[in-house]
Amino acid sequence: MAVDVELSPPAIARIRRLERIWEEPRGVLGWLTTTDHKRIGLLYFFTTLAFFGAGGIEAMLIRTQLAVPNAKVLDPNAYDELFTLHGVTMIFFFIIPMTVGAFGNYLVPLMLGARDMAFPRLNAFSYWLFLGSGVLLYGGFAASSQAPACGWFCYAPLNTAGYSPGHGVDFYALGLIFNGISSTVAAINFIVTIFKLRAPGMSLNRLPLFNYAMLAVSFSLLFALPPLTIDLVFLELQRKLGFHFFDVAHGGDPLLWQHLFWLFGHPEVYIIVLPAFGIATSIIPTFAKRRMLAFPLVALAELLVAFIGFGVWAHHMFATGLATTTLVFFAAASMMVVVPSTIQIFAWLFTVVTGRPEFRAPLLFIGGFIVFFVIGGITGIMFAAIPFDQQTTDTYFVVAHFHFIIFGAAVFPLFGGMYYWFPKVTGRMYHERWAQASFWVTFVGTALTFFPMHIVGLLGMPRRVYTYPSGVGWDSYNLSETVGAYILTGGLLMIFANLAWSRFRGPVAGADPFHGGTLEWTTTSPPPPYNFPVIPEVTSPYPNWDPPDRERDRRRLERGQLVLDAGHETTASTVRDGLLDEILEMPSESWWPLVTAACITAIFAFLLTSHFAIAGIFALTAALAVVGWHWREPEEPEPA
Amino acid sequence: MPPALHLSPGQSSVHPASHASQEISHLWWMMMIAGWIGFALVVFLLTLGWWRRNRANLPFGGGDRAATAWIVGLGVGVPIVLLSALFVWADVFVINSTAAPREGSTRLTVDVIGHDWWWEARYPASGVVTANEIHIPVGTRVAAVVTTGDVIHSFWVPELNRKIDMIPGRRSEILLDAEHAGVFRGQCAEFCGLQHAHMSFLVYADPPDRFRAWLKAQQRPSAAPASALARRGKDVFLSASCADCHTIRGTSADGEVGPDLTHLASRSTLAANTIPNTPSELSDWIRDPQHVKPGNRMPALGLSPDALKAVVAYLDSLR
Repeated sequence: MAVDVELSPPAIARIRRLERIWEEPRGVLGWLTTTDHKRIGLLYFFTTLAFFGAGGIEAMLIRTQLAVPNAKVLDPNAYDELFTLHGVTMIFFFIIPMTVGAFGNYLVPLMLGARDMAFPRLNAFSYWLFLGSGVLLYGGFAASSQAPACGWFCYAPLNTAGYSPGHGVDFYALGLIFNGISSTVAAINFIVTIFKLRAPGMSLNRLPLFNYAMLAVSFSLLFALPPLTIDLVFLELQRKLGFHFFDVAHGGDPLLWQHLFWLFGHPEVYIIVLPAFGIATSIIPTFAKRRMLAFPLVALAELLVAFIGFGVWAHHMFATGLATTTLVFFAAASMMVVVPSTIQIFAWLFTVVTGRPEFRAPLLFIGGFIVFFVIGGITGIMFAAIPFDQQTTDTYFVVAHFHFIIFGAAVFPLFGGMYYWFPKVTGRMYHERWAQASFWVTFVGTALTFFPMHIVGLLGMPRRVYTYPSGVGWDSYNLSETVGAYILTGGLLMIFANLAWSRFRGPVAGADPFHGGTLEWTTTSPPPPYNFPVIPEVTSPYPNWDPPDRERDRRRLERGQLVLDAGHETTASTVRDGLLDEILEMPSESWWPLVTAACITAIFAFLLTSHFAIAGIFALTAALAVVGWHWREPEEPEPA
Repeated sequence: MPPALHLSPGQSSVHPASHASQEISHLWWMMMIAGWIGFALVVFLLTLGWWRRNRANLPFGGGDRAATAWIVGLGVGVPIVLLSALFVWADVFVINSTAAPREGSTRLTVDVIGHDWWWEARYPASGVVTANEIHIPVGTRVAAVVTTGDVIHSFWVPELNRKIDMIPGRRSEILLDAEHAGVFRGQCAEFCGLQHAHMSFLVYADPPDRFRAWLKAQQRPSAAPASALARRGKDVFLSASCADCHTIRGTSADGEVGPDLTHLASRSTLAANTIPNTPSELSDWIRDPQHVKPGNRMPALGLSPDALKAVVAYLDSLR
């Protein structure tokens, strides 16, 4: 509810009381102890942005080395470390924490009409664990100059101590186990939040599609991460304690690594793109000025993609010599997953066609996303043709395919989303003309970087080679890819320069500059710590397009209904119908999440350096911190 | 003399030289055409959305119900038809017509073993062992049986067939059946460590009589050195640590770490198709193997210039 509506003195008094109840300490202290989902979202945003910078610099070094044949910019070991770090960073330390951690955290409770996530302290804990895992990976690299050099899927037996001595692979394995704890915690939090913390009236068929995507992602994370964790634990047991999980000489099998890895790794692909679908289904209706067409089909498709995604992992292993029956099963499953994606593509397209679309920067990025997603999707279908997969897998054709999916389809909507929600988060408007220019530069750069990779892959260039000979016909394509990468970097700098400049100089945006349909646009920009002065009641998937309902909310604020100004409270509703269920007492800011996460970071750091006794001491400290976390706090005095 | 280094042996999956590779490339061209049509449809709809941005209806009539019908038709109906067709063509027919022959069902079998970072080729029927090049007769079905000596590698000659991984503890097969004579480039396609980039090889598809002559020459033990310099080279080879890693049949050198050098001079390249096999390149390679291919398993032995010259003369005599 925008504050510019004239309110009576009792309503203003209620808002003042909410402000006092939800206020957090100012300054650094406030950020360290915060449990506000919006501040945690911003912490995630800036942390993942730093990792995006690191991953981007790694990519530019790679492209610089590959610009011409037989280049000597990087030695082979540095090159191998860089492409491994690039993959690990972009996937685990940029895209997932950016989509789930930053966008999800900031937007999910706002779209639900809730005042916070279901478990605010767990939410903070998840962020600090994520930061710890990143510090472990990059801190280890900085301290020992050793990084994993085995690729992001780091196949056995190359990942074992005999072929990868040193600490690099240990940083990788422990860093990802650790990162997985953070993601699991976050996933549980999102599932409970989306099921229980919806505004009264928000039955499941009125849940915004972005939240459907986040729900699908959270379930995927919950079930996909255990196989990865098991795989990494096996690896560390083999590396540190001499177990033989992947060792043929002692009855192990290197393919075990691949099965467990891809059982995580393919759902992972949908974990990466689903939030992007969710962002697209938020931006398109706003700028097409109409509801999403085929809303229930799209919701179902988002859930189906996540579900079928668990049955396709062996299509990453078509060249390993598995039995033909196995290959054919996984090829069929991989084809099935196409259908929910094509439903969404045509739902987006026809929503644009039947709307009155206004092609501002966010919608332009979604247009770019659709173009790139279709290219990556078409090449993806080709891999379900088993013989063609066996011809092109592990070549640059695959590199082209998954960059169109991961950069084109997953990251482009993030840029669209950054522009779209920028006025909501900062209260200021970005510079539209520069934003549109930044789209075109980024679009051309992306196409020029990744499209020629298809051709050079068909011409036989394998991926992960630190150099290549001239005379095989690969030179000109590689050079254009490198030129494209520099243009792309320019486009990205334009985006972030625009946002940074507009944060301080942009015109004031107001509560609802784009006339969006979902609940986040009903509150002020930036939203107050309590999100909504009164918990909204909802009768459609696009509550902000229902002026009578919003007028009713205002009257309830006047009457003091569902203002919840007696304490740190929000509402819970029934899972299916979204009927008001109970009033929840929410925890406030706390040091315990940070302290516990710091202890766990120390455990992993000392495990890594084989100081098992010190790791044990920190395990004890972490246990004590958890006790402290759960200690009953003194009742807060009733605010006057 | 080694055969002249083929100027640009191809490694292109769309330049097939065998029936299998041909079928896969047909598959590719058809999928590519269908893909462009699908892509054009999407770009058309986006453009239509922009073109008619001030009109909130479908150009071909109908309201939201009609639009939803289009979504279901294009998003469910069309993909199911096209995917079923692709499934039958690729995963029922092409997969079988490009399938690997059963071991022993072909006239010739070559065992290929991947090593960090080179290829060992063994011809079990004739006892021939060579490295980094495979010779096959044209128009003959040859089964390549692939295994690995260390980590996972992937055996791939795109102009002849799809790739097959070499995995510890597993034997896999792939068909090599060249339709015309030529030299085809192959390369490791699974990341295998530091010198993955320099793990390439050549497949020579020769007319059958030429292939038989090659096989016969390779079956012979190494030639005795003819010149005094080469004789000295042989002594150096056997007394320095060369013989610990390399085999030269007909001498006491029986190391198994590096490639068999019995007929080294008959090969066209060194270091897994990294440099041409000329005396000067060979000399540079032995003097400092870590220069061209850093991280490979061959150490610099610190031979004196005279000893180096003698070893090169000896190795260059191993036709």
